[in-house]
Amino acid sequence: MDLFSEYGSAILEAFLLTLRLAVFSGTFALLLGVVLAVFRVSPVPVLRWIGAAIVYTFRNTPLTLVMFFALFGLVYQLHIYGPPEEVTLSLSEQNFWMAVLALSVYTSTFVCEVLRSGINTVPLGQAEAARAVGLTFSQNLRLIVLPQALRSVLNPLASVIIAMIKNTTVAVTIGVVTATGVNEASGQMRTMMENEPNQIVLIFIIFSIGFMLMTLPVGFLAGWASKKFAVIR
Amino acid sequence: MSTSVLYDAPGPRAKALNWVYSGVTLVVLGFVAWLVFSKFNETGQWESEKWTPFIDADVWNNLLIPGMIETLRAFAVGSLLAMVFGFVFAVGRLSNLKFVSIPCGIVVEFFRSIPMLLLMFFIYFMQPSLGITPTSIFWAVVLGLMLYNGSVIAEIIRAGVRALPKGQEEAGVAIGLTSGQVMRTILLPQAVRSMLPAIIAQLVVLLKDTALGYVLGYSELLNQVKQLDTNFHNLIPAAIVVAVIYIALNTVLGLVATWIEGRTRRVARTAAPVGHAGAVDPVADEAALAK
Repeated sequence: MDLFSEYGSAILEAFLLTLRLAVFSGTFALLLGVVLAVFRVSPVPVLRWIGAAIVYTFRNTPLTLVMFFALFGLVYQLHIYGPPEEVTLSLSEQNFWMAVLALSVYTSTFVCEVLRSGINTVPLGQAEAARAVGLTFSQNLRLIVLPQALRSVLNPLASVIIAMIKNTTVAVTIGVVTATGVNEASGQMRTMMENEPNQIVLIFIIFSIGFMLMTLPVGFLAGWASKKFAVIR
Repeated sequence: MSTSVLYDAPGPRAKALNWVYSGVTLVVLGFVAWLVFSKFNETGQWESEKWTPFIDADVWNNLLIPGMIETLRAFAVGSLLAMVFGFVFAVGRLSNLKFVSIPCGIVVEFFRSIPMLLLMFFIYFMQPSLGITPTSIFWAVVLGLMLYNGSVIAEIIRAGVRALPKGQEEAGVAIGLTSGQVMRTILLPQAVRSMLPAIIAQLVVLLKDTALGYVLGYSELLNQVKQLDTNFHNLIPAAIVVAVIYIALNTVLGLVATWIEGRTRRVARTAAPVGHAGAVDPVADEAALAK
């Protein structure tokens, strides 16, 4: 098992970076997804159109392209961090945050669609009753509809998050590395497979188990939570 | 609209408010547009030599169309193999024989739970040790697409079969069909019909995932953005054009899904008196559709 003695700490660092990517992207994707969902059901037509346009664009564009555009387009061409000579962020930080941006925007459109389907599962009577007692649109959504919608979509939401954790591997497109130069999990796996052509199967198994360790708890947690928080009707 | 229950039909005050909100939104939108425009201006993205390549036939003939063909080739082969894989493993997992269903279940769950890019890297780097030279990027991409999307399609078909009324299978067994015949002639045709929209939705995912081939250096559409940038230094316009191509391709697939969904719903309605879709004569159905 000299594979572990040689690469053990690098593998760990790689997965920690992947985890960091997943935690930031997941948080932003959920927040942005709620905002998009509110846009899409709001009484203001312009907001609905904007929401629909954003969702349609990003759902039908490959994540690889979004990721590619975030770094090579936004940073290198449009200088969103400012002119290159004035940027104080390190290269690894620049790439990390662009990967987070791409992943969160891309994932948020899926979160939005899940939430919207959740809103549709809330019985009409709930929203009608809320309106009858005089709640405004935002009160109705905030106090009555969204809490119930959220509780009913925990499982599909977990699927979106699991897909996002797996999608962190696409960050290899722009090369996301730690301060010490270790790639995130998929990049690290590629490096190891290039260096150790005789141990490819073992390397693949190690990284597969690593991803299962990250995704399986999310699934179990969602299964448990969706029972615990189920809306009893 | 299903969500309009969230608010009343706007009265005069709400109407006025909506106008105000719309106005504010448009102002914000205008500001964002101005921001993008000026950023483009500042970095010279509007220069005509960045955009004129797209009205040059050579650019389309040598870069974009070959890229599209490569993307569609990976999509065609990948989706065909994924469908076959999906069918085989769905049937395998539904089998009554434990030594078939359990391994099939493990395979499907495994490929669903790991990132596709890991699969592609694995297949790519595995080829030399299996004696396959030169290493094929195309097959690494296509087999990666097959294993992941095939597993998802297997689960879709399995869900379709399990959603059928229990009487379907029981009736088949009662008239003396073997379990294989029941699956082939009774359960699968109905399950595939009801699940076709979901399967096509998965094919949209597959089409988008062909872009992962970029990471391995497969010369699909996204790689052409890089080529265009090398030749014309127009990364932003190139990325926009390619994104539009992807969206157009997916829209076409989406329209096919909607069309099929409408078609199958129509079948279910005509078959309503007997309770299942299998009673409809497909020829008569075609004729009905043609009218």
